[in-house]
Amino acid sequence: MLTALLLAALAAQAPGPTVTVGSKAFPESWILGETLAEEWRAAGLATAHRMNLGGTEIVYQALRSGAIDVYPEYTGTIQEVILHAQGPVSPEAMRDALRREGIGMSGPIGFNDGYALAMLGARADRSGVRTLSDLARQPELTLGLSHEFLGRSDGFPGLRRRYALSSSRVFGIQHELAYGALASGQIDVTDIYTTDAEIERLRLRVLEDDRGFFPRYDAVWLYRLDLGQRAPRAAQAIERLTGVIDEARMIRANARVVIGHRSARESADSLRAEIFGGRSRGPAEGTLWQSIARNTGQHLKIVAISLLAAVLVGVPLGIAAARSAILGNAILAGTGLLQTVPSLALLAVLIPLFGIGVVPALIALFLYSLLPIVRNTYVGLTTLSHPLEEASRALGLSPRARLFRVRLPLASPAIMAGVKTSAVINVGTATLAALIGGGGLGEPILAGIQLRHAGLILQGAIPAALLALLVQRGFDLLDRLAIPKGLRLPAARG
Amino acid sequence: MAVPASEPGVEIRDLRKSYNGTPALSIDELDVRASTTLALIGPSGCGKSTLLRLVIGLLAPDQGSIRIGGVDLTPATRRALQLRTGYVIQEGGLFPHLTGAENVALVARDQGWTRERIERRTRELLDLTQLSPDLLPRYPGELSGGQRQRVALMRALMLDPEMLLLDEPLAALDPMVRSDLQRELKSVFERLRKTVLFVTHDMGEAGYLADEIAILRAGRIVQRGAPRELLRSPADPFVAAFIRAQRPLGAMAEELDRC
Repeated sequence: MLTALLLAALAAQAPGPTVTVGSKAFPESWILGETLAEEWRAAGLATAHRMNLGGTEIVYQALRSGAIDVYPEYTGTIQEVILHAQGPVSPEAMRDALRREGIGMSGPIGFNDGYALAMLGARADRSGVRTLSDLARQPELTLGLSHEFLGRSDGFPGLRRRYALSSSRVFGIQHELAYGALASGQIDVTDIYTTDAEIERLRLRVLEDDRGFFPRYDAVWLYRLDLGQRAPRAAQAIERLTGVIDEARMIRANARVVIGHRSARESADSLRAEIFGGRSRGPAEGTLWQSIARNTGQHLKIVAISLLAAVLVGVPLGIAAARSAILGNAILAGTGLLQTVPSLALLAVLIPLFGIGVVPALIALFLYSLLPIVRNTYVGLTTLSHPLEEASRALGLSPRARLFRVRLPLASPAIMAGVKTSAVINVGTATLAALIGGGGLGEPILAGIQLRHAGLILQGAIPAALLALLVQRGFDLLDRLAIPKGLRLPAARG
Repeated sequence: MAVPASEPGVEIRDLRKSYNGTPALSIDELDVRASTTLALIGPSGCGKSTLLRLVIGLLAPDQGSIRIGGVDLTPATRRALQLRTGYVIQEGGLFPHLTGAENVALVARDQGWTRERIERRTRELLDLTQLSPDLLPRYPGELSGGQRQRVALMRALMLDPEMLLLDEPLAALDPMVRSDLQRELKSVFERLRKTVLFVTHDMGEAGYLADEIAILRAGRIVQRGAPRELLRSPADPFVAAFIRAQRPLGAMAEELDRC
C-alpha cells in the first residue's frame, strides 16, 4: 500500500482542472461530454473531459467520488442501474433519491435514446406499418433482434405481451450485423436505439410505440450538487445545454462520428453551431502519428510504473512466502485471489478510493502483475536443487549473504520469467486503463469498437502488439544482466 | 576409546534420529580424536550421511548431543561451528552462478576478509590442491568433475577450519580421476592434520585414507577400529561379508599378508 500511495502522489502532481466532465464509452456520450466541455472552454473555465469511462457503475462512482463533476445519463438507466427501482419512477422521486447522494439531475436534454423497433422506410410503406400495433397485425414479417433485447424484461418478452405479437419469425442477431441484414432484406424489423446514426443513413422508419411500452431513456445531466457553488458558470453552461438537442440533432451528431468518422470534438462543434449559431471550428487534434505516439507513450508509462512497483513489492512477498509455509499459503492465496477479480469489478472498487484516471489504472495493473512475480519468486526459491540448498545452509553464511549471494541469484531465471510474464500481460491489460480515463492504446481500441471502425482499432491494437513483442525482446536482453552468466551455460547443471 | 581432555575432536552421545517415525540413526557413543581421520562406511541407507548432516547442523537430532572441539552443537552455536568446519558433498555443491574463485571466496567475503587476504589464501590452497590457477575464473559448468571437487575442497578449507566433513566426495568421479584425487586427499590430510569425518561406500578408499573406520548398519555402529583390525577380526558375519564384498580390498589384503 506504500507503493500505492507513492503512485497516487506521483499522479497527483499535475495541477487539477477546475471542472471535469465525464462520458461513457460510446459516441453519443462522447459528443455530449465534448459539447459541454467546449461550452465550458468558451466560458473560460479550465476544463477536462474524461472520455470512455467504462460502464454506468464506473462513471457514476467517478461522479460520486468527485473525480468528475458531471456526465450525461439516461433516465431509464438511472432507474434501473443506479436506483435499482422495480417499477417506473417519477422525475421528482428520481431527483429526491439522487439528491440524497449529493447528485443533481438537470431537466431533459431534449431527446429520448430508448429502445424502439425500426424497419426500412420503403418496406414499412409497402406493408403499411407505422406503429407497433400495425406490426402486430403483420405476423409474416421477420424480426431480427439483438440478444440483449431478446433477454431483457423491458425488451422483447414484455413487448410481445403488450402488443400480442404473434410473429413466429423471430431471430437473435448481433446488433452490428442487424443493419446489413435489414438493408439486404433478410430481416424486416430490428431493435434500435432511437438516436442511432443508422436511422438517418438507412432511412429507417422508427415504429411508434402507440401503447407506451418502452421505458423512457431521456438524456439528462447528472452533476454534483456542489458544482453550482464551486463554479457557477459551469452550472449555467449545463442549464444552457438542456432542452436544446432533439432526436434529429442527436442522430445527425452521432452519424457524423459513426458514419462520417469525424472526431467527437468536431461533431460537438457542429452540434453547438446548430444550437447556438455561429461557425464551427476546424479540427485541432494533431496528426495520426502524433496521436499514436502519445497513446503509446502513455501506455508504456503505465506499464513501466505498475510493473516496477510490482517487482519492488512482489519479489519481497515471494521471499516472505518462501520463508514459512503458513505465510506462504496466505500470500499465494491472496495474490491468486486478486487475479480472479474481473478487471471491471476491480476498477469499480478502485474508483471510490482513488478517483479516475491514471492512478486507479496503475493500481489495478500493479495488483494484476503481482501474482506471476510472487509465485515465480516463491517457486524459484523453494525448488532450488537439494545439494545446492544444503550447501548454502552448511557453509555458515550469514542469512543476508545466503539470500542475496546464493538463493536469489539461483532463483533469478524463475523470477525473471515471472517478471516477463507480468510485463507481457501488463501491456495487454493496460488497454483497460482507457475505460477509466487513464489513456493509452486502449483509447483508440475502445473508440474503434464503438464506432465499428477497424482502422481506429488497429491504431491501438498494432502498437500494443508491437509493444508486447518489444517488451518480450527487451526482457530477453535484460536476462543477461539479471541472470548470472554461470546459470546461462549450456551445461550449468553438470 | 577415551578421548584425552586436551584435544577434543567430535564427541557424540546418545544420538537418535528418525524420519517419520522410522529410526535412521542410533549412536550411543562415538568419539573422533582431534587430527585423526574416521571413515564412515556401510551399505546405502545405513545412516552414514544422516550422521554427517547431523554433525554439520543440517539436521536436528531427536535427542542426544554432539560436541565439536568442546562446544555443544545447538541452534545458537550452529553457524559458528559451521564456520569452523569444511563440508564437501558428492557433487561438490558448488554454486553454478559463481565462478570457481567466487565459490572459494564466498564465505571469506561474507566474513569481511580483505581482497588481499582472500587472494593470498586462495594461492595457498591452489598449491595444496594442485589446481591450475587458470581454472578458477571458470564457472562450475565449465569444469570437469575432478576439477569441481578440487574447487569444492578449496572452498571447504578457505577459513582453515579445524574439521572437515566429506560426504562421498569422490563417488561421482571416474576411476582414474578418483585414484588421483584419493592420493591428493591423503596428502592434504597428512599435511593439514585436521579432524576428518568422511563417508564412503568404498572399503579400499576408507582403508587408504582413514586412521580408523566405523562400519554402520541400520543406523548403528557395528564395529569400529583401524583398517587392519577390521580385516583381521571382523566383529560379526555382517562385517566379514561386507568387507569381502569390496573388491579393491584384494590389494590391501596382499599388503597385509606381507606385514
